[in-house]
Amino acid sequence: MTPVVSLATLWFVLIAVLWTGYFFLEGFDFGVGILTPFLARDDLDRRMCINTIGPTWDANEVWLLVAGGATFAAFPVWYATMFSGFYLALFLLLFGLIIRGVSLEYRGKEHAAAWRAWWDRALFVGSLIPALLWGVAFTDLVHGLQIGSGFHYTGGFFGLLQPVALVGGVAGLALFSLHGAVFLSLKTSGELAGRARAAARLLVVPTAVLVTALVLWAGLDGRGGPVPHRIPATIPWTLGAVAVVAVGVGGIGLWRERDGWTFAATGSAIVALTAAAFTSLFPRVMVSTATGRSLTVWNASSAHETLLVMSVVAAIFTPLVLAYQAWSYWVFRGRITRPPVPDLHS
Amino acid sequence: MITMLDRWQFAVTTVYHFLFVPVSIGLALLVAVMQTLAYRRKDEEWDALARFFGKLFVINFALGIATGIVQEFQFGMNWSNYSVFVGNIFGAPLAIEGLLAFFMESTFLGLWLFGRGRLSARLHLATIWLVSIGTILSALFILAANAWMQHPVGYKVVGNRAELTDFWALLANSTLWAEFSHTFLAAITTGGMVVLGVSAWKLLRRHETAAFARAARLAAAVSLVAVIGVMVTGDLQARLMDEQQPMKMAAAEALYDTQSGASFSILTVGNLSGNPIFQVRVPHLLSLIADMSWNGSVSGIHQIQAHEAATYGPASYVPVIWLSYWSFRLMIGFGVVILAVAIWALVLARRKRLDRSRWFLWASLLAIGAPFLANTFGWIFTEAGRQPWVVNGLMRTDQAISPTVGAGSVALTLAGFTVLYTVLGVIEVMLMSRYARHPLHEDEADSSGSASTPALVY
Repeated sequence: MTPVVSLATLWFVLIAVLWTGYFFLEGFDFGVGILTPFLARDDLDRRMCINTIGPTWDANEVWLLVAGGATFAAFPVWYATMFSGFYLALFLLLFGLIIRGVSLEYRGKEHAAAWRAWWDRALFVGSLIPALLWGVAFTDLVHGLQIGSGFHYTGGFFGLLQPVALVGGVAGLALFSLHGAVFLSLKTSGELAGRARAAARLLVVPTAVLVTALVLWAGLDGRGGPVPHRIPATIPWTLGAVAVVAVGVGGIGLWRERDGWTFAATGSAIVALTAAAFTSLFPRVMVSTATGRSLTVWNASSAHETLLVMSVVAAIFTPLVLAYQAWSYWVFRGRITRPPVPDLHS
Repeated sequence: MITMLDRWQFAVTTVYHFLFVPVSIGLALLVAVMQTLAYRRKDEEWDALARFFGKLFVINFALGIATGIVQEFQFGMNWSNYSVFVGNIFGAPLAIEGLLAFFMESTFLGLWLFGRGRLSARLHLATIWLVSIGTILSALFILAANAWMQHPVGYKVVGNRAELTDFWALLANSTLWAEFSHTFLAAITTGGMVVLGVSAWKLLRRHETAAFARAARLAAAVSLVAVIGVMVTGDLQARLMDEQQPMKMAAAEALYDTQSGASFSILTVGNLSGNPIFQVRVPHLLSLIADMSWNGSVSGIHQIQAHEAATYGPASYVPVIWLSYWSFRLMIGFGVVILAVAIWALVLARRKRLDRSRWFLWASLLAIGAPFLANTFGWIFTEAGRQPWVVNGLMRTDQAISPTVGAGSVALTLAGFTVLYTVLGVIEVMLMSRYARHPLHEDEADSSGSASTPALVY
């Protein structure tokens, strides 16, 4: 038996951190994309919404690319089984991410109303699809899938759409939307910020209910048979409870109009929920419904040399990356104000 | 059947993605150079040019980024057996590319786009250089992964996977440095030819001729130096290929039997089965390319096939000959077109007539397509010429696919990507040509940014 304290475990933790960062950061990007059509009254409002994420959305998405690359390098079997198993779902996800990215960059490049309206639709759809699918995918990983011999997933596309995973998808969608609404209330001003706050108030109760349902349903399950070195169930349970409480705290923040800590609260909910998923997974990375077929940090990981090289590279460059990404948020701090529109008719 | 669909999907998505990659690398560097000239000389005109070509850069880069996610995902999606086999080695440079290059280029692109007026001029200049360095690092690491598929080093095969034994060997791979220098210089050539072609159009329409004449001279000089470099490094690569992948070299010439002092055919009429109807041949050239000697021996397809069959077991180890033969020639041919335009530019520039010769300007405009075609044919040659191997000598392409993904699924996504990419391609070309028509000094988007509030750039 491989020891628990190993480079493979370290990479499990690092990949968990990458996903957590990704959901925290791109979570509000998705929320902004989903809510813009509902909150904006005119083109200027829409531009204000999009510009809150304009300078940073692309670097937020890189968290996903690095999570994917790190999974490929550190856990090739996990990467292979998950990406081939989720084939059609990932195609949908890629479709969403592609049209979303292009819409953000191309929308403002022409002035025609029809041009912008089409890209607005693309931004909405391209944000909605991934916001929904990530919750489905992660619930599937934790809850278990039909994984047979050779670590092959055999459930097909519809095998991914189990009821609990659908709840996970909707809960994720609600949480990302709430997070995005709160982000908009924090980064815009005036009436637009007010509408964002109102949207967040509308979303907070359904989100709390859905997250609670997800934690209870997914967390109660213990499929795939007993596995040594699992983290005591109290830890993921506690983290799940923290996620629910954080959404509630966000509700209080909304009520008191404290945008800063409301954002910290919805962000904490995302972090806690992702942490709950990974702590209930460990040491497994994909749970099989069949006993003894789960992928684990041991049977799915790369050999020592690869993990060592990756660890050294990560130790050197991660602090640097975090520093300049944080600096970019610092540069673009502050609320976007509605510029005075020149009156063309006077 | 499934393997063919998987290969078509990889070809469609990768060729498409790579239309945007070299031009983005090249334009990022050229925009950084223009902005540096503007900063150093306090020159308004270079500043306007940097902004103008910066917009063309961003329109390209957006599609490169959007389609780049597919590149990383599809190894696992369509090639899961490959992913398990190579993950230990191939995954590492991919992950490092994300951490070192993607974060850098995306973060500093945001700072560059939105930071004008918010960052000091010096810091703003630094951001575009960091974007440029990010794009180049990205090329380096992804080519480290690709070079290993052409020429595996620093590994041992254990069970169903190749394990890394020496990371430095991966980075010191001779194939990597030949591929990287060749690809990097090709990217600079591409950026140069786009700037030259767009400037030529402006000069033909007599728009802001003073500024675009400067841009054209810079671009022509850069393209000339870079394209000569492309040819030198291509030659180095050919010699490595002859040593490491002799079948690819033989397929490039459709050379069936080992020959000393082998000649190189510039074109062939008829089929490539060894009995052409008509050929234009340059004596001894293939020996020079492959071996750097007048009478060097170049192995033929039959001999290499016999050798590989003895080594790896009975099967065909011959790639599609016509594809290798013609993609190799088209790559070189479009490179020669670029070289000709660049030399013409040099001659005209010495006579101070570069911005006035309408023949030259028309040629430059038409030559915008040449680097894209050369880049595409170059990669088709590199990848198709390695077949039937996906990792040379270690794993065949038909062993690499995902066993659980059916033909129906792949056909569906292949159709989906093709339609989506076509639509986006049409939009991109339309947007590029509209932006190329924009005047140099147009009023910027109503940027309301100040030191205290972020700007509305989009």
